[in-house]
Order: sequence, then C-alpha cells, then structure tokens
Amino acid sequence: MTAVLPISHRIALIAGLAVLAVPQAYAADAPSPARQIELVRMVRQDCGSCHGMRLTGGLGPALTREALADKPLESLAATIFAGRPGTPMPGWRAMLSENEALWIAQHLMRGFPEESGPTPKASR
Amino acid sequence: MTEPIANRRRALKGLGALAGSGAAALAGCAASPAAPTSSAAPVNVGTGDLGLVIERARGAVAVVNTSSPRVLGEVIGLGDLSHASVVFSRDGLYGYVFGRDGGLTRVNLLTRAIEQRVMQAGNSIGGAISADGTLVAAQNYTPGGVKVFDAGTLELLADIPAVIDAGGPGARLSRVVGLVDLPGRRFAFSLFDGNAIWIADCSNARRPVIARYNDIGRQPYDALVTPNGRHYIAGLFGEDGLAMLDLWEQPPRVRRILAGYGRGEQPLPVYKMPHLRGWAVAGSHAYLPAIGRHEVLVVDTHTWAEVARIPVAGQPVFVMARPDGRQVWVNFAVPDYHRVQVIDTPTQKVVSTLEPGKAVLHMEFTPRGESVWISCRDDNRVEVVDTHSLRSIARLALDAPSGIFFTARAARMGF
Repeated sequence: MTAVLPISHRIALIAGLAVLAVPQAYAADAPSPARQIELVRMVRQDCGSCHGMRLTGGLGPALTREALADKPLESLAATIFAGRPGTPMPGWRAMLSENEALWIAQHLMRGFPEESGPTPKASR
Repeated sequence: MTEPIANRRRALKGLGALAGSGAAALAGCAASPAAPTSSAAPVNVGTGDLGLVIERARGAVAVVNTSSPRVLGEVIGLGDLSHASVVFSRDGLYGYVFGRDGGLTRVNLLTRAIEQRVMQAGNSIGGAISADGTLVAAQNYTPGGVKVFDAGTLELLADIPAVIDAGGPGARLSRVVGLVDLPGRRFAFSLFDGNAIWIADCSNARRPVIARYNDIGRQPYDALVTPNGRHYIAGLFGEDGLAMLDLWEQPPRVRRILAGYGRGEQPLPVYKMPHLRGWAVAGSHAYLPAIGRHEVLVVDTHTWAEVARIPVAGQPVFVMARPDGRQVWVNFAVPDYHRVQVIDTPTQKVVSTLEPGKAVLHMEFTPRGESVWISCRDDNRVEVVDTHSLRSIARLALDAPSGIFFTARAARMGF
C-alpha cells in the first residue's frame, strides 16, 4: 500500500510513526551505526559544500537547529530525498534511502552530530 | 593571535629546516610575527615555489614547497575553512585566506604567522586582489555584497551591498558569486539572487563607482575572466547557457553563449556546484563545465560558438587547463569524485582517467605545469602527479585537504 503513495506522504507516514507513537519502530529502521558514521560525514563534508561544514549556510541555507526550528520534519526529509525544484538543492535519492533522509532530517533538527574520528578540532 | 605552543614549535622546526641553520635566531620571528627584525628574517629564500593548502576541517593552512614537494609547516586558527580560498600579494609573500565564516586572514608564507585577521562578514565565499596589489575584495553571501580592503592593513575601504530591487517593495541583498579582478582597479562579480553582473571601479577605493548589468540570465553561480581580461563569463544555474560580457566593447553588453546546451533534456542532479574560477582557456578554445550534464563544453573564443562537447565521468567541478594549454584536467562532484580525467586539447578527447584518491576536491598546477597537486580529502593527503607521465611522484599527508593555491597566482589575472 505504501508503495503507491507519493514520496512525501511516505516520509510523512514514517515521520509520524517515529515521532508520535512508536520510537522502537523507528529505531528498528534507523541506519546501522556504521552507516550513521557515513551519513554524518556525508552531511558535514558533501552537504557542507553548499551548506557549510558547520552547517551555517552558504549557497544553501543554514541547517542549524535554530535555523530549522520551525520547519516540518517531513518536508525536510522530502527535500533531502527528492530535492527542491527551482533551487540548486538536488535530490539525494541515488545515495540515500528514505529512512536515511529522515534520519538526517531528525538529527539536523536536534543539532547535527560532529564527525568523530581522526580529524582533530581546530584550535581557536 | 596568541599561537599555541605546538604551532610555534612546528613553525620553529620548519623555519630551521628552511634556513638550514640558526633556528634559535629565528625564534623571535615566530613568537612575535608582527615585528620581525631584519636579522631574524629568513635570508635568500623566495616564495615563487611556495603555496598554501587548506586543511578545511582543522581551520588550518599548510605552507608547501613545490620544488621538492613537501609541507614546510602550518598556520592554525583560521576559523571555518569550508570553501576557503586564497589570493596572493604581488610579491608572493602574503596569502589572503577567505574563510566561510567571514574571516579574512593575511598569512606570511615565510614566517608562517598570521599578520592580520578580520571578521568581515557572516558568510563568505572568496575574494580577489587588484592588479596593482593594493586592494583585496571579499565576496559575501551574508550580508550579500562585496567589501574592499586595504591589502596592507585590511582596513575596510568600501562596502558594496548587493541590493536587489533598490527602493522597491522587494528590496533585499543578493548572495554574491564570481568575483574577479579586472584591469583598471576594477572588480566584477555576479548576483546569484539578482540575475545581474556588477562592475565596481575602485579607482577611488573609498568611493567605488558601480556599473550594473541586469537580466543576464537566471541564477549565475560562478564566473571567470579570460586571461586577457576581456571577457567576463558567468555560468547560469537557472538556465542552459552562460552570460558573457565583452569588456572591450564600449559600452559593454551582455550576450548569451552556449544557449540551450542541455537541449531541453532533464538535467542530472548537481551534487556540487561547478567552479569557473581558474579559467580553462587553452589556445583559442575555452573549456567549461556543463551543469546537470556529464560533459565539458568547448567554445571558440573568437566566435563564442560551441565547437565540441566532451563526455566525462561525472558532473565536472573544476575544468582547468595546464598552463601551456596542452591538457585540461577535470574533477567531479560526489559520487564520482574519486576520479580525475585528462583531456588532450588537440584531439579534444579524454586520454586518461586517474584515481588519485578519495574525494578529490581541487587541483593546482605548478607554475609551468610539469606537475599537478590533487587534494584527496577522504584520504587525508595531497597527491602530486607528473603531467607528462601521469605518474604520481609524491604524496603529502595533510588533514582533509581542499583548496590548493600556489603563489604563481599572484601574477595571473582572475586568480
């Protein structure tokens, strides 16, 4: 049944499940820990080429928690997955599943994690 | 401005290696960079074979030597360097580093010290230096516009807000892209949100005179100026084609080139915006990245008609001519950014596909092009490739390297 729904509805459905009722169901669909590390790197580095490595914006808008405070989760996830026509924002469906797009949107709204790993923080 | 001890140690070590001996005498130079004494300054060392490599994640730049490929040292504390770029003073002693966070930093390549640093905007995308070396200009997204600084002091001389629909109900600032230096103490730039090209005449830098060219096409995303300073070309994201201004015409007018190169086909997703700066003009042809197509477009620089399109391995990001014009090197947007392709210009064919490392972000030729340095972000290294044999000749460990900038840029218009 879900297969025939438009992408935005499907994402809304998943989002609703995750946020409202069944966090366990979302957790079951969450990307694996290894994939989460890849996704964090992808957002920081590749999305960062337009949105800034610190997600403070560039050609694309800021994606900080504050900047996204009034944005609906499902629309963020749909934008990540399918892009936004008329703007330079491409759909990332060739590199992400819908679940992964949703996971990214959720974590952006909470304040996106920093990359862990070998790269040390710059001294300020 | 206080440097952490570790950095000072590195600087000292580097200086010692650079000068061969007398590291102790140089200590004062590294510790108080603002007032080097003549006896402490490195002697008999030029900067013509030096450069800066951005280590984007660490907010640092590495000072490198291209004659014997190696890292001489590092300057830290430059803020958010995602999408950072550098221009050089005429004497090749200073690099001006433009950071994403609006930081503009003047770095001395020999002492490897920060000489000045200002936070000039909230969100910045790069800059340019005037032909006479006296003015540095920064292009900004937030607040949208251009700021002009005294190259010697970084004193703000002029603020040029990129106002769209001035005085109208929709008055707002546009994000600025494609800033280049032009002859005659001028800077040209494009307004992504304003579909315009502006030229600021900074003969009197405190009172720039702006010429505005409107309706050039939708969403200019970057631009270049040809090596002779005659043609300013802005790539358009919002439509198929590029906008070109012939600056030798009186008055200049905007015309469209390569209109409809996409032939109405559905564009492929553009995961990273191409960069036009660092023009690829080779002989009488210019090589330009297509938007949303895995092609390099070739245009005749006399007629500005398309003469060829070359299929390549992904969405081109940088399309750069080796200084002699015999080769054009191309790198790509994610997910094809492990590849670099080499186009042979006489035959206009891809003659080699290299895989120098993961996440290739930038390439820079040595001044006469015998080698090219390629930043491989996800492998944390820069690969140095001989452009004749196409073999790797050196490998430098650097943290998430992105832009590579050699001092030879100081002598080239539009760099």
